[in-house]
Amino acid sequence: MDLLSFGDGGWGDEMAVATLMTIAVSVSSFFLGLVIGAGGAALKLSDWMVNRAIGDAYTTVVRGVPELLILYLLFFGGNGAVMFVARVFGHDGYIELNAFTIGTIAIGVVSGAYSTEVLRGAVLAIPRGQIEAARASGMSDWLLFRRIMAPQVLRLALPGLGNVWQLTLKDTALISVTGLVEIMRQASIASGSTRQPFVFYLLAAVAYLVLTTFSNLGFQRSERWANRGVRRA
Amino acid sequence: MDFALMWESLPKLLDGAGMTFQLVFLSLALGFVVAVGVALLRLSPFRAISSIAYAYVFVFRGTPLLVQIFLIYYGLGQFEAVRESFLWPFFREPYWCAILALTLNTGAYTSEIIRGGIQSVPWGQVEAARACGMSGPLLFRRIIFPVAIRQALPAYGNEIILMVKSTSLASTITILEITGIARKIISQTFLPVEIFVVAGAIYLTINFVVTRGVRYLEHRLSPHLRRSPEPRPVLAGELAR
Repeated sequence: MDLLSFGDGGWGDEMAVATLMTIAVSVSSFFLGLVIGAGGAALKLSDWMVNRAIGDAYTTVVRGVPELLILYLLFFGGNGAVMFVARVFGHDGYIELNAFTIGTIAIGVVSGAYSTEVLRGAVLAIPRGQIEAARASGMSDWLLFRRIMAPQVLRLALPGLGNVWQLTLKDTALISVTGLVEIMRQASIASGSTRQPFVFYLLAAVAYLVLTTFSNLGFQRSERWANRGVRRA
Repeated sequence: MDFALMWESLPKLLDGAGMTFQLVFLSLALGFVVAVGVALLRLSPFRAISSIAYAYVFVFRGTPLLVQIFLIYYGLGQFEAVRESFLWPFFREPYWCAILALTLNTGAYTSEIIRGGIQSVPWGQVEAARACGMSGPLLFRRIIFPVAIRQALPAYGNEIILMVKSTSLASTITILEITGIARKIISQTFLPVEIFVVAGAIYLTINFVVTRGVRYLEHRLSPHLRRSPEPRPVLAGELAR
């Protein structure tokens, strides 16, 4: 048990900090995913065929390729891509993205593909008549979006987004391969120096279990809150 | 982009696909057996039994697969008892550790899919079967199981795709499947983007075939849900007769 104590001798504080890192990288990937997902859903629902094809290609490719591969691709190829873009804008130096940024982008891109489908489903679930009614009462596109679409999409998408959040949280374990010290990486550092891998990976598992359980409760509560005015059959 | 290298690395990566297929098939097959058992336990009327099954599902769905793999491969070797038991030849091998982790993981997810399928079987069908004199295992084998499987098929298709993708994690414990081979080639050529693009394309192809296969199976298994073909137009001559 000394192993898990806080302070110099134990790994308790390191694991706690690593858990915070996991939360930080999960939250930022999830929100990046939401932004990408909103764009993706807009593309997939577009009237223009080219847009729909781009949206389809994005979700098909990202959901059909292992997350680990996407992460490796960005980890090894991301710097090159950023430097290439920078060179176009006339910057000639060496740019290195840190592990946090690369991890967030990679997991965010994956999360975004799943969010796209969830948001698209939620938009399609809004009764057509409501949109017609809003138009008939003279709402502009923006007002229609703000008053009719957005509030309902958020409510309808909430259960699906809860699932996406769980996936995203668990996917961040992969970021450990890039060296970012989150739960998994910290567990493997600790088990390397103490030769107690079982203890630390079990601790990591417990940490993830606590995070998924509590965030699940949070989503359930917000679902109840969002549905407070809805009558159920 | 070095297209020559991409073309050259394709056969090597396809060699790795063999290992990927092995991992997918073995763990899906074993996981399915686990899943049916766990689903039945979860539907058991005894509280103690169903809560054990629930705990298993809860733990394996709530933690990342990477943790499960590391816990089995690195973690179990920590114990003297495991190292000296007859199981050590298995737990020593990354291959069997990967199979075990993937099996337990997919078992947890699949059991939920099957449970949903079983619960969606219309009660009238069960009553009808009972009225015909079927009971227990016969009722399960003839009515509940086939109907549940067909209901669960689309969700199970997603699970297969998730498994194909999950096998890439086996590369983290030195198994040379597609991702593992890709990393090995990269360590020799230093051209990561090219190799990972080829590897990604292979995964995409596998998953495309899987999706199509599942869709075909779904089509075959639900002839009663298909729209019947349009009735043949009546010819004028036939009316005259």
